[in-house]
Amino acid sequence: MKGYQRVLSTLVLASVACVFALGGCGSNTSGSAGTGEASASKELVVFNWAEYIDPEVITEFEEETGITVVYEEFSTNEIMYPLLAQDPSAYDVLCPSDYMISKLIEQDMLLELDMEKLPTAREQIGEQYWKESEGFDPGNKYSVPYCWGTVGILYNTTMVDDVVDSWSILWDEKYAGQIYMQDSVRDLLMVPLMMKGYSINTLNENELEEATQMLIDQKPLVQGYFIDQVRDKMIGGEGALGVIYSGEAIFTQRENPDLEYVIPKEGTNVWIDSWVISKEAKNVENAYAWIEFMSRPEIAVRNFEYITYSTPNEGARELIEDEDIKNSEIAFPDLSKYKLETFLYLGEEGDKLYNDYWMRIKSE
Amino acid sequence: MFNSRKASAGLSSPYVAWMTIFIIVPLLMVFYFGLTDAGGAFTFANVASIASPEHLKSLLLALELSFISTVICFLIAYPLALILAHSRISSQGLIITIFILPMWMNFLLRTMAWMTLLEGTGVINTILSFLHLPTQHIINTPAAIVLGMVYNFLPFMILPLYNAVSRIDPAVIEAARDLGAGRFQTLWKITLPLSAGGIISGVTMVFIPALTTFAISTLLGGSKVLLIGNVIESYFMLSYDVHLGSGLSLVLMVFIIINMVVSAVSDAKEQTD
Repeated sequence: MKGYQRVLSTLVLASVACVFALGGCGSNTSGSAGTGEASASKELVVFNWAEYIDPEVITEFEEETGITVVYEEFSTNEIMYPLLAQDPSAYDVLCPSDYMISKLIEQDMLLELDMEKLPTAREQIGEQYWKESEGFDPGNKYSVPYCWGTVGILYNTTMVDDVVDSWSILWDEKYAGQIYMQDSVRDLLMVPLMMKGYSINTLNENELEEATQMLIDQKPLVQGYFIDQVRDKMIGGEGALGVIYSGEAIFTQRENPDLEYVIPKEGTNVWIDSWVISKEAKNVENAYAWIEFMSRPEIAVRNFEYITYSTPNEGARELIEDEDIKNSEIAFPDLSKYKLETFLYLGEEGDKLYNDYWMRIKSE
Repeated sequence: MFNSRKASAGLSSPYVAWMTIFIIVPLLMVFYFGLTDAGGAFTFANVASIASPEHLKSLLLALELSFISTVICFLIAYPLALILAHSRISSQGLIITIFILPMWMNFLLRTMAWMTLLEGTGVINTILSFLHLPTQHIINTPAAIVLGMVYNFLPFMILPLYNAVSRIDPAVIEAARDLGAGRFQTLWKITLPLSAGGIISGVTMVFIPALTTFAISTLLGGSKVLLIGNVIESYFMLSYDVHLGSGLSLVLMVFIIINMVVSAVSDAKEQTD
């Protein structure tokens, strides 16, 4: 009996010690940050948007390199951030959007990339996308573009008779209960801000107040606020109008030919999602291998055909066989025709301000 | 045997360790975060923020919806418990199994199934329009959330009620009837008071999870209906403000404690009676 008891109390002590050790870990690892020691580790933790890759590509990467990929997904930048912030060493390579990348750069959470290790990416990613990226990543030091696109209105031609060319149709009472809006703070507020001709990065409280009031007025007309589900609802004929990322538009049209996508005349948000490496990544070399692999034209084109989000990879675009899609106004729009703006990081105060307005809209 | 106190201390230590690490420490952390600001200084602001219009509105809505759900659950479950207690032993097990069976499937999957059922072009509306009946439009409204709560939490009401009702000695009921009490009077004066313990634990087991849910309201409310659970979730998951999230959790804990006190008092009363 005595021996048994001793074993137990040792176990208890050990588990308590473990908890403390783990707790300490999070703050200690910063010491070895960024050294990117060329360990021969055979693992890689990828943190990407949900449904944002051809799953076979992951298997191929594993087979070719012998690296085991732990693949995790997020549905908004805002959900990704706290998970990374809690334990920056838990993820190696991630794919956030423009404004989130500038936030991560500002908070010193990203590894400065050694471009010498990324020859394919440097060669294949189009010049204009590197230039566009300078807006959130000056000098292209931290990120390699993966996908880009616009945000617009997807509508069902059997349910909408009006000409859809303005965000204002989302306030038309004729379509009450048939409208879907985006369920993330920046994408939601973007719509009324653009409509009123304000900057989508505004910190002017009068403008934000006005936009918030417009969204509150619109709420009775909205069927629901969703992210990925806007796609499914529109395909299923559950709604007449939905705010959606351009990349989803081609996919939805394949599934339901009644759907059309427009970039409203008031302008919209143009965004880039790029690969970045966490500053405290445990498998830095494998992360470089991942980014290189994803930048190969023959891999990028397969991802494009699977997820239908516009690729910044020039080589991949050349490989697209379907001429209609290769020259599609949805996938590869002539950007000079539209008024476009990229989201910028607004700082802690700005984030808080936007979240307060968001909470007001949602609780109404 | 040799030293029973030592032995029981040894045997209980795994549970004590479990409780310390996974219940007490996290609880203390919620208290710590809830009562400090980002700089670590003591503040009541997080708890007090429940008074802001946005938070108060979502708390009141959550209270309202979980109250309605609890009442509906009770009204469905109590007659069922009476029927069960008076039916043959073999059919009792069957009926209980039927109610427990859905709980073997994941709670989120069951709630998502309701999304498909309730949608505008969903299963229920397809059947209704096939029968030329008017279609329903309750998805993404508070009514859909109440439906989801009742559906998910009903078994938690049935089981304690069934236990309490079946423990009542049939002789007591017979005595009441012999002494001239009508059916309704017997129910009101004898059965209900004697099953009070079961009612209170059933109400607790439905009301508390309904009050704190955020999954049901997200799935069936289309992110349009914001309950206090959603507010807390979004502070933790979206704005990464653990202080505000913990502060609001403390407010919710007050309701849980009130509920626990009520059931403890009634338990104590039952023991002395």
